[in-house]
Amino acid sequence: MATEQPSAAPGTSPAPALATSEAPLVEMRNIRVSFGGVHAVDGVSVDLKAGEVVGLVGGNGAGKSTLMRVLSGAHRADSGEIRINGQPVSITNPRVAKSYGIETIYQTLALADNVDAAANVFLGREITNRIGSLDDAAMESATRNVMNRLNPRFQNFKSPVKSLSGGQRQSVAIARAIHFNAKILIMDEPTAALGPAETAQVRDLVAQLKNEGIGIFLISHDIHDVFDLADRITVMLQGKLVGTVNKDEVTKDGVLGMIIMGKLPSEVSHEELEQLLD
Amino acid sequence: MTDAPVTPSAPMPESATAPGSAGRSLRSALSSLEIDTRLLGMLGALVVIWVGFNIISGGNFLTARNLWNLSVQSASIAIMATGMVLIIVSRNIDLSVGSMLGLIGYIMAMTQAVWIPTTLGLGFDQPYTWIIAIAIGIALGALFGGAQGFLVAYAGVPSFIVTLGGLLIWRGLIFRFQQGQTIAPLDGTFRLLGGGPQGALGDVFSWVVGALICVGIIYTLVSSRRKRRSYGFPVRPIWAETLIGTIGCLVVLAAVWTANSYPWPGALAAQYAAEHGIEIPAGGIPTGIAYPVMIMLAVGLVMTYVAVRRRFGRYVYAIGGNPDAAELGGINVRRTIMGTFVVMGILVAISAAVQTARLNAAVTNLGVTNELDVISAAVIGGTSVAGGIGTIPGAILGAVVMQSLRSGMLLLNVDSPTQDVVVGIVLVAAVGVDSYVRRRSAS
Repeated sequence: MATEQPSAAPGTSPAPALATSEAPLVEMRNIRVSFGGVHAVDGVSVDLKAGEVVGLVGGNGAGKSTLMRVLSGAHRADSGEIRINGQPVSITNPRVAKSYGIETIYQTLALADNVDAAANVFLGREITNRIGSLDDAAMESATRNVMNRLNPRFQNFKSPVKSLSGGQRQSVAIARAIHFNAKILIMDEPTAALGPAETAQVRDLVAQLKNEGIGIFLISHDIHDVFDLADRITVMLQGKLVGTVNKDEVTKDGVLGMIIMGKLPSEVSHEELEQLLD
Repeated sequence: MTDAPVTPSAPMPESATAPGSAGRSLRSALSSLEIDTRLLGMLGALVVIWVGFNIISGGNFLTARNLWNLSVQSASIAIMATGMVLIIVSRNIDLSVGSMLGLIGYIMAMTQAVWIPTTLGLGFDQPYTWIIAIAIGIALGALFGGAQGFLVAYAGVPSFIVTLGGLLIWRGLIFRFQQGQTIAPLDGTFRLLGGGPQGALGDVFSWVVGALICVGIIYTLVSSRRKRRSYGFPVRPIWAETLIGTIGCLVVLAAVWTANSYPWPGALAAQYAAEHGIEIPAGGIPTGIAYPVMIMLAVGLVMTYVAVRRRFGRYVYAIGGNPDAAELGGINVRRTIMGTFVVMGILVAISAAVQTARLNAAVTNLGVTNELDVISAAVIGGTSVAGGIGTIPGAILGAVVMQSLRSGMLLLNVDSPTQDVVVGIVLVAAVGVDSYVRRRSAS
């Protein structure tokens, strides 16, 4: 196994934390994931505080989705440390992640297409009566309530989710993530499949969840989305961390420079910036 | 069958406002009934097959005797088909059920014909013999199924390969140990599980069972309606509920009446009457529902409950729909897959009991090609080989459809090879029609 020597890339050091006394909600330290010699995530550290939205941006193959799949239990990291509320944790599978209040809305939505909305919302956490029988009526009722909040026009409670529109399927995926009192929410391209009205709904929802004190990792290609919603922005390039910046202290062009050139705005020369903007 | 739901007594909002074609009002009536249209189509096909054979055979098919035999012949395949549904729904296959049935049948037969009476010296026809034989069979079924399931789920060997190996291994073990012998005779009580005149409920208990099933149907309809009402969900119109309840109960009572119309054979009835000092009633001694059919009904009920109302069943369907989503949703996919094979093994043991009891022996070719019948029954019954779709009642109906074809052709003196050709064509046609209909309804 010839693994490359970990190179001291810029930004491998922990993101500069804002001065707070209490431990962040999530700390991921020096996370490494490789697929057959390719470093998908190479010594990346990020953190997230309660009521904060951290935008994760980067081009294709930057490793942002893989990093988040480590947090949601879908992938094991090769090395690195995860702390929740300051406590080191070992997230070996999605069940463990959920037990820490980590919920994920996957880009692929990860829905069981052949069962209905309620069955998907409660997948793995079904409501049962005292003899362990599924209480479908109770689950449908709870699903109707959460859907009322997310997407009041949603009415197809009896159809398999396969027959729903992209926006409706997205609503089901979001309902599943927020119904169980998530503390940490990972949203992977939550608006990719949505029209303008539904995108606006998701933005409202993010703001609302943030106000409720939920920490949110927001993965997005859309830098405008990220600028509107995020408090801090973490940029990755080819598996490495470029840096984490406060949204108020950078411009969109600066972030774009980080995404493309892998350098912090302060490191980018005037000429390079001009080239980029052409 | 098809002319039943046309005259609703209660007003229907859709058809009242939109005076569309008859086809549309029938469709909206069907959608009010909320019945699986696929199941309905299969019931229609069954009716066509029954009526068709009855006409061609000059009225010999729809007799109490033939239908009673049909019910017994369908039972053992139907029992296993309920388990095969879960296996196929979760995107696996089990090719080993026929061989496993043969091996478990052999061991159950040895238990009661050799080991308990001779090896342990306890003698024949002990009251506990049949229970021990069945317990051993079920334990072995769970073990064999569990072993195959473990290899599929945890070792990652494809189920096709594991169970193909199983097919060879279990059958090989039969030949290795049984050495071509026929193991007989079996325990007297155990034999009743196979049916036959005495392996049946008789008229009084059959009516009791029929009445209980009717009460169950009505109770289910009423309680589910009440529950949906209490949550303020939309419910079926009352005429639809009444229609479903009425038709359901009528079918159950008609089946009981048919089973009771089949009398014991004359000689046996005369002997029984003489022994018990009774007179043979006018129509002979009614046979009633056969025990294998009762076992099938019980298995169907339990398996439907497991598939629809238990977490395990929900997970099986979710895995079939999207294995990755199931895993990400926190489902223990491996344990669930292994569970489907354990359930399958237990059902194989139950079928092995029925088949050996019916033969009153275990023979070396017991269960040969049963796997093909079981898979065919599940698939004809609407189980999608791509996974995610399939119902327990559908699989039972599929087994009855297949057995109806075979039994009808037997009645018409069609030879066995031709029967296979016809069943093969029906299998392919059923899946072809089904996927055609599904493509059309999807677009």
